[in-house]
Amino acid sequence: MALPVENYLRVAKMPHIWCPGCGHGIVLQAIVRAIHELELDTEKTVIVSGIGCSARAPGYLHFDTLHTTHGRAIAFATGIKLAKPELNVIVITGDGDAAAIGGNHLIHAARRNLDLTVICFNNNIYGMTSGQYSPLTPQGSYATTSPYGMLEKPFDLCELVMGAGGTFAARSTTYHARQLTNIIKEAISHKGFAFVDALSQCPTYFGRRNKMRSALEMMNWFKDRAVPVKTWEKMSAEEREGKFPIGVLTKTQAPELTEVYNQLIEQLQQRGGE
Amino acid sequence: MTKKGPRLLQGNEAVVEGAIAAGLRFFAGYPITPSTEIAEQCAAKLPKVGGKFIQMEDEIASMAAICGASLAGVKSMTATSGPGFSLKQENLGFAVKGEIPCVVVNVQRVGPSTGMPTSPAQGDVMQARWGAHGDHEIVALCPSSVKEAFTLTVEAFNIAEEYRTPVILLLDEVVGHLREKVELPSKEELVVKDREKPTLPPGEYKPFAMDQGKIPGVPPLAAYGEGYRFHVTGLTHGEDGFPTNNPAIAEKQLKRLNEKISANRDDLVKVEKLHLDDAEVVVVAYGATARSARKAVNDARAQGIKAGMLRPITIWPFAENEMLEVKAKSPKAVIVAEMNLGQLVLPIKRVMGDSVPVIQVNKLAGQLIEPEEILSAIKEAI
Repeated sequence: MALPVENYLRVAKMPHIWCPGCGHGIVLQAIVRAIHELELDTEKTVIVSGIGCSARAPGYLHFDTLHTTHGRAIAFATGIKLAKPELNVIVITGDGDAAAIGGNHLIHAARRNLDLTVICFNNNIYGMTSGQYSPLTPQGSYATTSPYGMLEKPFDLCELVMGAGGTFAARSTTYHARQLTNIIKEAISHKGFAFVDALSQCPTYFGRRNKMRSALEMMNWFKDRAVPVKTWEKMSAEEREGKFPIGVLTKTQAPELTEVYNQLIEQLQQRGGE
Repeated sequence: MTKKGPRLLQGNEAVVEGAIAAGLRFFAGYPITPSTEIAEQCAAKLPKVGGKFIQMEDEIASMAAICGASLAGVKSMTATSGPGFSLKQENLGFAVKGEIPCVVVNVQRVGPSTGMPTSPAQGDVMQARWGAHGDHEIVALCPSSVKEAFTLTVEAFNIAEEYRTPVILLLDEVVGHLREKVELPSKEELVVKDREKPTLPPGEYKPFAMDQGKIPGVPPLAAYGEGYRFHVTGLTHGEDGFPTNNPAIAEKQLKRLNEKISANRDDLVKVEKLHLDDAEVVVVAYGATARSARKAVNDARAQGIKAGMLRPITIWPFAENEMLEVKAKSPKAVIVAEMNLGQLVLPIKRVMGDSVPVIQVNKLAGQLIEPEEILSAIKEAI
């Protein structure tokens, strides 16, 4: 499908700030394609971000956009959605933004089942500050703050969201660009809190320190480890070692917060006055 | 909403009544003594008027959520006390920079840290002024009665809307928990202001323009979802809202951000003047402390002492001109009474210089300064 980019992108703000080989442009493209294919009203769609490389994406997107403080995008988005439930609210976040400083907001938004779509541009590293480890950096990987290899165990953000009661969690990678688009479409269409873990390569600050100097090497690294969720479910613990599932990991229905709240308002107002 | 006839109301309740009368339709908060009644009242009352309340996961998220709701076009407020106020500062700075109208209530208690949660203090006067990072102006109002908690909350919303800025409502535990018989103004008597909306079409509208608003330097604000498709960022930005590293544009925008408040001091600064015309001793006090100061000044007058009171209702911007008027009359002394070690006294001393002695009456440990303490300071000064 031909993409009328000027409907969706602020082309005058290009070129973007991302490094050569960065995967964020692929995730951005998947979001734009998903919005286009869903025919979302561009005047009723708000895109919110926090701080980091991912957070610069809304600046290039021709919608109502909000580039907030580090980790807090979901909390700002919560206010927007509750104030105007008719708006589509999409949060673009990164692994440091969502899993470290903003982890509390992520789990509570999932618990509330507020109708937000959160897309994590997960490059396993703090790119904007040039390569410190994040809570999603794989154990043993090198970063400027893990010069002897990452000692800590990383989060699985989809598991975290599911544990917090999230009704939609999915994962894909920049290697699986078409699947990523479809997953984002499904996430946006989902009524309730939807989380997408979008693995994106950072050859500049992650790959370079971890023997994957090119984008291609990093994308092959995604390809070699990604397993479709149906296959994943049949695999033993040993077979799963070093791999991760891609696809829609959970999709359930539960009452959505703004709907529940609007019902309450209606009931109280029918009862009349104070 | 507001009913005719006297009512027995608590200060915190009056804040909620005032906020709803001013158009509050979104509140995000987190429980903290002594402000919690504000959240509780909002939870009960907002859905009845079609508004929404949410108890967020923390103070930081509450401040973020009200910024989001305000950008979606809905009047928003949060409430807290000292420790929570500290947590809100980063996003308060964001609201300053993004020029997001909102109201932040701080019902002050004794600090630092957890301090004395149920006891009054006025220790956040400087935190209100300088708590957020970077050069910025701030507006902070300080009620000293339950009725004023109502009227100043309305005023806080009006200023926030008119000047596209966060406004701090600085209560203390005494005013927050005080119950008084009050007659609230009716809906018809209230002046409620709304933010200026853009008249230019999308494409021509600049959300951070120097000259697109009625008040110089205050740009109109579109709401998300109205077709303007505009960008708001905490990065230093140009008139179109997009980030810039151009020093000339940055300087111009940061100056506008500050001057839209500082150039309008005369409109923003409100004080109460009591017996100032012939006062030989002037007491400066605000919030609950001003209640004791009023009694002390009246008692002094009854004893033939020419005492007066200047009560800053607007704490920030500082009542510079009013202090200069006091100085011009060369009183024997200015007494500054505060439930802290002396915070507002600093700019007052700067104004008075060497020509007028400044005497401090301070209390730290969670007790209201009593009228007798101020009266004896007046007598010593005379």
